[in-house]
Amino acid sequence: MGSYLIRNFLQRCVLLIVVSMISHAVILLAPGEPSEVDPSNPRMKPEDIAKIRAAFHLDDPLHVQYVYWMRDMVSGELTSFKDGQPVLPKIWSRFLNSLPLFVCATLIVWTLSFPVGIRAAVTRGSLYDRSTTFIAYGLISIPGFFLSYLFILWIVEGFNVPVIGMATFGMQDAHWLYRGMDQLWHLVIPSVMSALAGVAILSRYVRSQMLEVIGQDYIRTARAKGLDPDSVIYRHALRNALLPFVTMFGLMLPGLIGGSVIIEQIFAWPGIGRLGYDAILARDFPVILTINFIAAALTLAGTFLSDILYAVVDPRIRLQ
Amino acid sequence: MAKHAVESVSPVPEYRAWKTFLDDRLALAGVIVLVLLVFAALAGKFLTDWFVVFDPSVVRLADKFLPPLSVPSEFVAPADIPWFGMYLLGTDELGRDVFARMLQGSMVSLSIGIVAVALAVSIGVTLGGIAGYFGDRRLGFISVDSLIMRFTDVMLCFPTFFLILTVIALLPSSIYNIMIVIGVTGWMGTARFVRAEFLSLREQDFIVSATALGLPNWRIILLHMLPNAMVPVLVSATISVATAILTESALSFLGFGVQPPAATWGNILADGKGFIFDAPWLFFIPGFAILLVVLAFNLVGEGMREAMNPRLRPR
Repeated sequence: MGSYLIRNFLQRCVLLIVVSMISHAVILLAPGEPSEVDPSNPRMKPEDIAKIRAAFHLDDPLHVQYVYWMRDMVSGELTSFKDGQPVLPKIWSRFLNSLPLFVCATLIVWTLSFPVGIRAAVTRGSLYDRSTTFIAYGLISIPGFFLSYLFILWIVEGFNVPVIGMATFGMQDAHWLYRGMDQLWHLVIPSVMSALAGVAILSRYVRSQMLEVIGQDYIRTARAKGLDPDSVIYRHALRNALLPFVTMFGLMLPGLIGGSVIIEQIFAWPGIGRLGYDAILARDFPVILTINFIAAALTLAGTFLSDILYAVVDPRIRLQ
Repeated sequence: MAKHAVESVSPVPEYRAWKTFLDDRLALAGVIVLVLLVFAALAGKFLTDWFVVFDPSVVRLADKFLPPLSVPSEFVAPADIPWFGMYLLGTDELGRDVFARMLQGSMVSLSIGIVAVALAVSIGVTLGGIAGYFGDRRLGFISVDSLIMRFTDVMLCFPTFFLILTVIALLPSSIYNIMIVIGVTGWMGTARFVRAEFLSLREQDFIVSATALGLPNWRIILLHMLPNAMVPVLVSATISVATAILTESALSFLGFGVQPPAATWGNILADGKGFIFDAPWLFFIPGFAILLVVLAFNLVGEGMREAMNPRLRPR
């Protein structure tokens, strides 16, 4: 097991470097660069553009630029093209903004999906099963921003809840209790909206896992020996159906970075998704590349974690 | 004959799959919606492009923001009067007929979904098939299988939507680029599945005997292995079409979608969000149209998946 982990870890490190090279090449070779963001500006003279290109090393060959990027990122000196701020602290502060949204949405998804999915599986074919199935498909199929707009209209008109940004403007001097309440209210709607599709997908998955397990022979045996239905469902079926979900904890990690561009855009939430979006608009290569790099690292860490978790919970699996 | 087959328990698995599918009323409703959509898309292509009955790009500034079913005003030139003598779905901020735009957009949205997924499936099947069938050949120090599968792992590391966004934002935005980018970032699941399926099929007796008969590789792959692996791939492709249509509308929302004057459902919806109070039909009509179509794709796909999976059948 130890040697497996070390080997796997090293493989993933190599993979991460390959990923960073490819994303670097893709982003730098694609047309459009920071000096061309505002081509109609009459004050941009050719010599200014040349100066910008030289300052950002854009005239060097690709692999040299890659080395510059890697060196600056590792030493923490990487600065944004747009405003000269260091990239890592910038991403970190945005990450701290995204974190509550992600945690809340994840909590909602995991607490709602299991009861809904289990009940749908147990009462297969009932009105409850059919209606949750239909609602889940509806939630998966609706464009996220369309649903969010409908929800905002309804919630603002009906409940007078603040929805835009992280806090109400002008509340900075209020008592900390009011400020906290205000921020909590701002958090509720975006996290519900980003959780809805997740609830729909995960509860469908829980349902199909449960159905698969309920069809197994050992469940029939448990029923046949006269156990009460609750302990058959929760002790025998659920515990086996839960196995695949343990690995999903690891797979959630990359959602920290890439999962929320649209929601953050709609709710003007100053998180990491919007940072990436703005960086893309401004051709701010260091920020784009670093966010991509962190996302890839999180993906690799997530699958690594889920492999380990799977081996820990499922004794039938041996890592070698 | 057919009656007899219904009464007896059919031994043929395909038949049972069909029966499960036909019993699923939601999936059948989805099929009907999709058939209607294909007709709408063909009609849209035909009537707005080749034989122009509805011209979606006619601007009638006198008639802007008219609600659905309203009649054109007298300031509209006789040539510009819409077909039924009224605006079936209203007009937008430039007085363009929303019905004509939706009709044109149905073809565009549908083809973005289908072409992107067809691209993803063909890349996935090709790479997965090569890795599964020729996997043990070596190219220098690395085997074909590990080369392809490591590349797949690399592709899986990218945050997909963010990557699509980056590439679309940097490329000149056109409908073809959107199709290609969605397709190129979506093939990994198919590749892994086809590889696994090929690895297990390769060991089965009918393939071993086909090899023993000396059939050429292409014949074994195309005629004997691929048909056995394709059904689940097509099922998941149906669901991917739904996802691709949603991705297109999300890109339009962020301003990276197909650029005007071309109409897709995604960019009609994204443009309509600015007029949600003044002209709600500009927002609700494309929104519910997308919901309906994506829902239909999802229901059909899930219905097929459930019909194919014997372990999910009630017993």
